[in-house]
Amino acid sequence: MPTVITAENLRKRYQIGADQSAKYLRDTLGGLLKSPLKQARTNGKADDRTIWALKGVSFNVEQGEIVGLIGGNGAGKSTLLKIVSRITEPTSGRVRVRGRVGSLLEVGTGFHPELTGRENIFLNGAVMGMKRSEIARRFDEIVDFANIGKLLDTPVKHFSSGMYMRLAFAVAAHLDQEILLVDEVLAVGDVAFQQKCIKKVSNISQTGRTVLFVSHNMEAISQLCRRVILLEAGNVITDGPTEDTLRKYLWGKAQNSGEYVYQPDEDENAPTELLIRSVKIKNSNGDTTDSVDSRQPFSLEIEYEVFERLPFAWVGFVISSPNGVALLCGIEADNAELAGPREPGIYHAATTIPARFFNSGNYLLTVLGAKRIAGAYTILHELKNILSFQIQLAEIGSDFGGRVGFMYPSLDWRVSRT
Amino acid sequence: MSTSELPWSTIERTNSWKIFDLSELWAYRELLFFLTWRDIRVRYKQAVLGMGWVVLQPLLMTLVFTVFLGVIVRVPSDNVPYPLFAYSGLLLWTFFSGAISGSGNSLIGNTHLITKVYFPRLLIPLASILARMVDLLVALIMLIGLMIYYRAGVSTGLLMAPLLIVLLALLALGLGMWTSALNVKYRDVGLALPVFIQLWMFVSPVVYPLTLVPERWRLLYSLNPLVGIIEGFRAALFGKSFNWPALGISTLVTLALLLYAGFVFKRREKTFADII
Repeated sequence: MPTVITAENLRKRYQIGADQSAKYLRDTLGGLLKSPLKQARTNGKADDRTIWALKGVSFNVEQGEIVGLIGGNGAGKSTLLKIVSRITEPTSGRVRVRGRVGSLLEVGTGFHPELTGRENIFLNGAVMGMKRSEIARRFDEIVDFANIGKLLDTPVKHFSSGMYMRLAFAVAAHLDQEILLVDEVLAVGDVAFQQKCIKKVSNISQTGRTVLFVSHNMEAISQLCRRVILLEAGNVITDGPTEDTLRKYLWGKAQNSGEYVYQPDEDENAPTELLIRSVKIKNSNGDTTDSVDSRQPFSLEIEYEVFERLPFAWVGFVISSPNGVALLCGIEADNAELAGPREPGIYHAATTIPARFFNSGNYLLTVLGAKRIAGAYTILHELKNILSFQIQLAEIGSDFGGRVGFMYPSLDWRVSRT
Repeated sequence: MSTSELPWSTIERTNSWKIFDLSELWAYRELLFFLTWRDIRVRYKQAVLGMGWVVLQPLLMTLVFTVFLGVIVRVPSDNVPYPLFAYSGLLLWTFFSGAISGSGNSLIGNTHLITKVYFPRLLIPLASILARMVDLLVALIMLIGLMIYYRAGVSTGLLMAPLLIVLLALLALGLGMWTSALNVKYRDVGLALPVFIQLWMFVSPVVYPLTLVPERWRLLYSLNPLVGIIEGFRAALFGKSFNWPALGISTLVTLALLLYAGFVFKRREKTFADII
């Protein structure tokens, strides 16, 4: 397949210094009065407080590929998409693209709450680069996909958020550019709608169009992409088959000591309301370990600190498969007696995963703390994939070959002969 | 689909001196239409009188000025009935002040578009001026009504009126581009704008004629580009002779401003998405 995107040594610098924050003339004038010499020296030149969001990124994409872009916050994924879509210019380096580029950095860009569904379809389509005739031609398809029925001529401010997102995605799904840049927009609506979206994106590539896809949703990434690029602090760390890149990304931070101690001093964004201090995996003997026998139960111990009174807060964990699919999630508040307020102080939470629960293999542990306000949850602290552990299946005398799947409960069989 | 036949395009740091890329603007004409349409549509949504306000605004102001300046102070109005005189000036003024305050704040009001999709940024201030232009055309109907009511005769000079409206729109565009681009970085611009607009009305012949200004100040006064345009518009409507020197100044100032604003806009537009 021919190449349709080539990025050559892309670099992008953002100013985060005084210059950036000088939204008011006063700041600039004030600076001028305070230190005229410094201003004269740096005038028009780079402030020394700058960050490089991209530090020399190169890659090629062939026609029809769906390439995933992953990486932590601040890795440069969104900056990269913004450059390819021309929203911002690179500081140096260049991108060459073949064909029209459609950017889907957000669904519903340009939607206006006062306008009706019908009006917004046209407006949003035009903003996304569709021709009016094209929108008119595909109008019924879009309405059908959004499934908003009779509300077509109602202002979208009266829509439920789910309907709003469905309509927004429906327009986006009917873009006709040869290259599509998609940033974390599949995470809308219910599961059924998400699957519909994923299917739509994979259809797009089958028609010979190319997709660059940013997501934190590893399931969506592994479902859609055969190739993934991992960015970290503005550099390409890995560029290769999905499974390899995902493994590198997910397992990059994971410790295998059975214990993780959070160091707030090393984290600029250390949480201020609830902080998880440490996490331990312990076997049935009470030893900290990263390797657990499937026949024995094992426990998770989470120590956390609350700094101010939280009316409703809890900590919990997620155990994921090696490629990032969440398998099990448990939270303190599942126990009704523990659901409620947390006064300031240090807490120890522990739970036990029963024996014969997981199949043998490697697993990843995520721990998080959250609060609920007015029915909405906010994650206060999340330690994602910080511990890896193994489940050993060494059931003596019952080795009937390796099992597929992640679960291995002891099931009750009833067999009769007729 | 054979992508291999499509041409390559390159995205890199630009240093173009092409101030107005007309071919690109043309390629985005449909979006310009939709943005203009949205501006009009949204402004009059949930207003019971809707587009009626386009006529009501200058009309109410005309009423106020007619009572205070026309009847009480008895400001001369070049032998034109004062309400007609005031409406013709206020019509242009309403357009002009609305256009510059609308376009001056247009970029920061469309942050969500600027940071999420690419299109020529000029479309945004341009659309907000075009939207006011549509208002102006609607409000012209009332002017025609007033002219018929006051039995104002019509001369060939009337042909100048559309040209003057275009000149006024270009002046507003120049100011709109300049202020909107600065406003992205210095929000002071948006705060200062209403004050300047208010002041500007008093130094323009909107509700009083140029002849009220003492002779020796007139040249200085005419450096205000609105003087040539508003006086010219009235001359076109009421069949008077044109003040060509003042019109010349207006044209020169407008073109110079447009060029300068285009330069400022071009230079700043690539950082809009980063600093807005």
